[in-house]
Amino acid sequence: MSESRRTWQDVILPWSTFVSMLAAIVMVFLLAPSERDQGIVQRIFYFHVNLAWMAFGGFALVAGTSIWFLRTGSRRADRLAHANAEVGMLFTTLVLVTGPIWARPIWGVWWTWDPRLTMTVVLWAIYAAYLMLRRLGGEDDTILRYAAVLGIVGSLDIPLLILAVRLWRGVHPAVMLSDDPDAGLKDPLMGWTLLVSGIALALLFTWLVSLRARLLAVDETVAAMHLEGARS
Amino acid sequence: MKGLYYLAAAYTAVWIAIFGYVMSIGRRARKLERELEELRK
Repeated sequence: MSESRRTWQDVILPWSTFVSMLAAIVMVFLLAPSERDQGIVQRIFYFHVNLAWMAFGGFALVAGTSIWFLRTGSRRADRLAHANAEVGMLFTTLVLVTGPIWARPIWGVWWTWDPRLTMTVVLWAIYAAYLMLRRLGGEDDTILRYAAVLGIVGSLDIPLLILAVRLWRGVHPAVMLSDDPDAGLKDPLMGWTLLVSGIALALLFTWLVSLRARLLAVDETVAAMHLEGARS
Repeated sequence: MKGLYYLAAAYTAVWIAIFGYVMSIGRRARKLERELEELRK
């Protein structure tokens, strides 16, 4: 690995993640005003919304890198798809955990089968299947191709999920994409808090994906050495 | 006041999950490093 890439991934990325995360925490807990109707619980949104956007971005990258893998057979593309799917799963799981924690005091229930919530569970299940296929199927080329196709097909759920609030008019609030003049963040500091939290989580996502992708590369090297040892 | 518990629960869950994931990556990296060392011997 070149020295410049080592610097970026080992020093700049973790430190910028740490600093931006610290700024996000200060803004979420100390600077952002409490929302008038929801009170302090609304502050869950700053991470909940951004975790969701990062997860969607991660799954879109799974689709992009899977297309790259199917076209070229690049191992790097395959590793990136795998790493993005794993970190995307972690973030989606956290969306499904933080959402009900917000919903309980606001809606009075932990869960409801609202279109957006249901589509999020479907997305989670698709990429859980993707990761299980990869884990149980091993490194067989046919399995990797099946997984790539699943990674591409699964991403088709993302636009449906984003538009679900508009298409089916569920109870999930539309914070970012709404025609309602009363919707959205009223105080500019709320907007800044959402932005800084978004930057912090984007950096965290990138750092985790880079760590996981490098680990997968080492895993492949070890597997190749085992194979070579068995042959000789 | 009750809202504070929900807020704390949400952010605690986020941090435990992320910390756990980073720890699991570290554990897997150490295991692979050991394996690589043995194969190189």
